[in-house]
Amino acid sequence: MYAQMVKSEAAQDDPEKLAAFQARIDAGEKIEPKDWMPAAYRKTLIRQIGQHAHSEIVGQLPEGNWITRAPTLERKAILLAKVQDEAGHGLYLYCAAETLGVSRDELTEMLLDGRMKYSSIFNYPTLNWSDIGAVGWLVDGAAIINQVPLQRTSFGPYSRAMIRVCKEESFHARQGFDAIRKMAEGTPEQKKMAQDSVNRLWFPALMMFGPSDKESVHSEQSMAWKIKMNTNDELRQKFVDQTVPQIEFLGLDLPDPGIKWNEERGHYDYTDPDWSEFFDVIKGNGPCNTDRLAARNKAWDDGAWVRDGLMAHAKKKAAASVAAE
Amino acid sequence: MTRDEAFLQFLLRMGDNTLILGHRVSEWCGHSPVLEEDIALANTALDLIGQTQFWLGLAGEVQGDGKSADDIAFLRDVWDFRNLLLVEVPNGDFGRTLMRQFLFDAWHSIQLGHLMKSSDERVAAIAEKASKEVAYHLERSADTVVGLGDGTEESHRRMQESLDYLWPYVGEMFQSDEVDAEMVAAGIAPDPASLRDDYDALITRILADATLTIPDSRFGHKGGRTGKMHTEHLGHLLTQMQWLQRAYPGSNW
Repeated sequence: MYAQMVKSEAAQDDPEKLAAFQARIDAGEKIEPKDWMPAAYRKTLIRQIGQHAHSEIVGQLPEGNWITRAPTLERKAILLAKVQDEAGHGLYLYCAAETLGVSRDELTEMLLDGRMKYSSIFNYPTLNWSDIGAVGWLVDGAAIINQVPLQRTSFGPYSRAMIRVCKEESFHARQGFDAIRKMAEGTPEQKKMAQDSVNRLWFPALMMFGPSDKESVHSEQSMAWKIKMNTNDELRQKFVDQTVPQIEFLGLDLPDPGIKWNEERGHYDYTDPDWSEFFDVIKGNGPCNTDRLAARNKAWDDGAWVRDGLMAHAKKKAAASVAAE
Repeated sequence: MTRDEAFLQFLLRMGDNTLILGHRVSEWCGHSPVLEEDIALANTALDLIGQTQFWLGLAGEVQGDGKSADDIAFLRDVWDFRNLLLVEVPNGDFGRTLMRQFLFDAWHSIQLGHLMKSSDERVAAIAEKASKEVAYHLERSADTVVGLGDGTEESHRRMQESLDYLWPYVGEMFQSDEVDAEMVAAGIAPDPASLRDDYDALITRILADATLTIPDSRFGHKGGRTGKMHTEHLGHLLTQMQWLQRAYPGSNW
């Protein structure tokens, strides 16, 4: 449905301008906010950057779930630093989206009333401490694979935000691996927690790359515009190839009996995630969708008096400084 | 009480304040009114937990029985904690959290200013590092208290209610006892009572800008920094904070 909408909007743009725009992208130039761009390019980027920003914000919840229970002061400090980074990523990404003519408050409202989505992974719960390691290692690991190519995306502000975000994410992935390694090499109970995390989060992590190429509706135009650099299946395969040896290194059982090295392809074969579960989660029926959105709505509603109060004070101060001049 | 016993109590008071307040502030993660506040709250909690590692690390060293900062944080019960009652009270709304932060930061910044001149070099070094972070905490909490106190009618009302609720927990910061007398004699730390005038001057100025009224009463709850009587809230906080260490003792994390 969205692909159809993109097509009809593209048809309204001046063909000459469109051709010149495509030529700039093909030549590897960056598109900046003041440059002419097709309406659908703008719209797609707002959707994509906005969803990415929302994911950073909602992603605070499953990790925040363990901050107060972190088992050591160092782990608590690392987790706080990580969550603070995620909120910071949200901030740069909202700023990048704002250059396209949408405000952060508008994007927030679209998140809160369900018009915009965030990454499906954050609709899964964090149930044991090892999940915090697994979120860093698998979830941020998958995010990095998605985001590294986006450092070369055609829209300048998004590309620059991705360069910063990727640097911090690779630190997150390393600390996650270190945390889960401690668990995998720990007591039998800790090892059980690590195995439970990998078993539960493996398929949701694979789903982070989006539906299979056969079913993905946004791909073709986005690839031509360099908003998307690789197909979902290419990135998913890269993740599997990178992660399977790490699971083996940790001495954990593989979470999917279908994982096997395929000599001919030079890649691991694996079982596809259950896409009906993915589409359920996208539709709002994941294990945590209702609670996550309720938590964000509550934070926003409960905070209204704070935002109003600080704005009112800022106006008074501005008025007082004008009066003093 | 020997000097080392008193020194240990002093270090626990410093470290437990930062630990418990850091924990409380971290409870906000993902739930604050605006993204910048999520970042600032996480940053404040992170600083406080970092300071805890230093204070409780030194406490373990002084205690001399091989306990780490983690052992001290995660394996003591309520009666062993030496934090002010102020830092263990629940967060309440954002206004109360920031008012509590301000009332603590004002004391903390003055206290650290003195500790930077401590006769104990380790204390002076921790204070030196922490004071830079706390200067920022105070700037932010004071600005927020002013902004919300002098904001809308509702924000003003909520901030006054927060101040009224928290005020009876302020006095404990200035109650001196034999531990403090020993610290003063050793040149390690100032007498808490001697900080009150500077504190009053600072908070009076900020709360006036915030158009808030300081309650008349000087009544102060006590029992946190001596460990004699904490609030009911601390036990619940520890239940959560210490759970993994208690449920799976002897593990490496």
